[in-house]
Amino acid sequence: MKLEHINKSYEDRQILEDLNLTIHENEFLTLLGPSGCGKTTILRMLGGFETPDSGRILFDGRDITSLRPEKRQVNTVFQKYSLFSHMDVAENIAFGLKLKGKSQNYIRDKIKFALKLVNLDGYEHARVTQMSGGQQQRIAIARAVVNEPKVLLLDEPFSALDLKLRQSMQREMVKLKKELGITFVFVTHDQQEALSMSDTVVVMNQGWIQQIGTPESVYNEPENAFVADFIGDSNIIDGIMVRDKLVHLLGKDIPCINTGFGENVPVDVQIRPEDIQICSPEEGQFRGVIRQVVFKGTVYDITVEAGGFSWLIQTITGHEQGAEVGICLAAANIQIMAKPSSEDEEAVSDE
Amino acid sequence: MSNSKALQKLFAVPFGIWSVLFIVLPLFFVLWHGLTDGNGAFSLENLTTVLQWEYLKALGLSVELALVSTVICLLVAYPLCLILQGLRKAKGIMIFLLFLLPLWMNSLLTTMAWQTILEKNGILNEILRSCGLPDFTLINTPAAIIIGMVYNFLPYMALPLYVSISRIDHSIIEAAWDLGANRWQTFRHVMVPLSMPGIVSGCTMVFIPALTTFVISALLGGNKILLIGNIIEQEFTAAYDWQLGSALSMVLMVFIILNILLEAFTESKNSRKKVKA
Amino acid sequence: MRENVKKFYLGLIVLFMYAPIAVLIAQSFNASRYRGQWTGFTFQWYAALIENEDIMNAFLNTVSIGMLSAVMATLLALVTALGMRRMGSRGRIFFRGLANIPLLNADIVTGISLMLLFLGLGLRLGYDTILMAHVVINLPYAMLCILPQVLMMDRVCYEAALDLGATPAQAFSRVILPELKPGIMAAFLLSFAMSADDFIVTYFTKGAGIETLTTEIYAELKLGIHPEMYALSTLFFGAVVVLVSLLLFNYRVIRRYRKAEKRGAEE
Repeated sequence: MKLEHINKSYEDRQILEDLNLTIHENEFLTLLGPSGCGKTTILRMLGGFETPDSGRILFDGRDITSLRPEKRQVNTVFQKYSLFSHMDVAENIAFGLKLKGKSQNYIRDKIKFALKLVNLDGYEHARVTQMSGGQQQRIAIARAVVNEPKVLLLDEPFSALDLKLRQSMQREMVKLKKELGITFVFVTHDQQEALSMSDTVVVMNQGWIQQIGTPESVYNEPENAFVADFIGDSNIIDGIMVRDKLVHLLGKDIPCINTGFGENVPVDVQIRPEDIQICSPEEGQFRGVIRQVVFKGTVYDITVEAGGFSWLIQTITGHEQGAEVGICLAAANIQIMAKPSSEDEEAVSDE
Repeated sequence: MSNSKALQKLFAVPFGIWSVLFIVLPLFFVLWHGLTDGNGAFSLENLTTVLQWEYLKALGLSVELALVSTVICLLVAYPLCLILQGLRKAKGIMIFLLFLLPLWMNSLLTTMAWQTILEKNGILNEILRSCGLPDFTLINTPAAIIIGMVYNFLPYMALPLYVSISRIDHSIIEAAWDLGANRWQTFRHVMVPLSMPGIVSGCTMVFIPALTTFVISALLGGNKILLIGNIIEQEFTAAYDWQLGSALSMVLMVFIILNILLEAFTESKNSRKKVKA
Repeated sequence: MRENVKKFYLGLIVLFMYAPIAVLIAQSFNASRYRGQWTGFTFQWYAALIENEDIMNAFLNTVSIGMLSAVMATLLALVTALGMRRMGSRGRIFFRGLANIPLLNADIVTGISLMLLFLGLGLRLGYDTILMAHVVINLPYAMLCILPQVLMMDRVCYEAALDLGATPAQAFSRVILPELKPGIMAAFLLSFAMSADDFIVTYFTKGAGIETLTTEIYAELKLGIHPEMYALSTLFFGAVVVLVSLLLFNYRVIRRYRKAEKRGAEE
């Protein structure tokens, strides 16, 4: 599937601007971004519920830009499940198949298969309104996949579920994807969800694609401050690239491994909290005082005031509040990012 | 605490007395008059009189006109509510209010205005003539009565229908499309079943007043077309045969009870679904 | 194309609903006493309205019966709803069903049955019987507005008021009543509208010598309606239109203000 030069605006708000995106066969692609970034709009265009103001949507090379939803080989799992409350589970799942005129036997087998797939065998004649949110979501998935779509679209399907259920559904999604062998396009604002399930993550903000890459690459090598800030926790500091492999940071020159930014260029410097070492004040590149220690279960979140910046550091061992410490940075853990070129792309400090 | 609870329950007592006196007792008066002769002795004579041809004819015509009006109201109101649902919420409600506003004009006067529009030298014919079209006399025909009924009762169909249709989430409709249903199939298999409570309560709210009206038929039927309501009215205000009038009212009450049962049935079917949830 | 079909359909229904109203308004300015012939424009019926005793009497009756019956129905509904709060679901269903009978029943049956009751009790039909009958037909509407609010009302507020030292009477007037105010207002307005618009029940329970607006219109129908009646209806309808547009305008202003506020908060 391919989106080419898509533009879309509602009233006078531009939602998407000249957007290009290719979705490969059998890929688990996640559109990730804050609410209002245009990710749901993209999904709705793929499903056929919206048409772009300009641009084309191609499916296996065929232009489907204005094709009605019922004619697309694509099915959607909606955010609010959108099950038909006047039908039972089996009738919901059979809805699409009956419309296609499939035989009774075929439909019965399909329902059985689909319910097994989502771990709800035996629920054929339950009322959908009496099921829990997680069960309803599974039915919605079953209802979509029995139609054998080439692409399954999922619009924040787990946003209404509690954390434990969400995590188990995420694991099941990955399993399901393997069993079905079709393309998944998943929309979420939860970076954890995006990182743990996808082959490809598309990070979006304000109608722009910020970065496309594997979960590892968007986490470890964010291309700009927005991505760095949105995915995981980050310390983002203004710096100046003195020359290759040396950055001027909070009054000190610190070695790093990035090259190709030029000399004396302002940059954003990102350091993950788990990549910072706390050491003795004498050894550290910066000297500071521990302001706050919060126990998070597996790690401690430690705030250190050093060099005029409030550092977020994650450690496995606890530290004493008020203690004087040093901060050690390894060159490989410092990520240098170019400053955004236009104001549109900058949205980091808003929240 | 339980003392004050019992005390508060007493608040419902006046209503209990009230409803026995003004709701239940009057209906017994109707039954009593319907089942006795002029001297107060039990008699089924009134009920057998009701079975005479002229009354059956009036009843049949009433049922027929009421059914036709109900169906027309439904066919007119459903697309209306679908269109309004497609609009943005505030705009839809605003236009809907526009349709409810005429209820504030006295219905006797608006019905009479239809007389002015439909009569032989009325406004409709003036317009037709000025366009060079042939005359079209509707006044004093069943068609005129149906127009009057549709006009008077359309809002009562539209109101419950709009409520139940606007409750259907748009994503349900999108889900149907997504699963391969075209517009008609979506309407048939999703919209209609989900709006069934609105359809049923709209139909009862139109059918009962249409069945029992005597004003619309008197004004637009020109006293030539007698509906059951007209006959009952005459028995009480002109013929002073309260016994027969009560017996005819009892026939109407049968229809009303059937209607209530129908509505209760769909409601319980619906609520059963919800209770299970 | 599709949009145009929709607009055409909406337009057609608006035309259907407003055609008779346009006719009535036109008649209020028609110099001829008779409907169906236009002999010129005049304001004379509006001027004559005040001097037409029959119409003014009927109007005053309609207003006073409407007000009184609405107040009585609202009060009765409020007290009953408070009592029903303490009932089990069975009692509630039973009471609610009982209250709904006049709503589901045909007006003609309600009217006749009340007439038979009043006469059977030896009452003389007149102002009082109309008033009682109107309370009967208003009550289900008043209940419809008040009961859901009373049942949903939070006990905690009332108890918090008691906890803070209010007497039950104070707690009722300071906490419960303000909370129920919208429902009470709606009940009163809807009751008044139902009472003022009712013809059939009034017709059977009114007796000779007293008329409300609707029965006055019905009586005049046979001899030809006094054009002053059109003038009165036009005035009334005009007032309703003004009121509704004011409400809508108000609503829109509030909405725009909220929107702006929200946008401000976002930025």
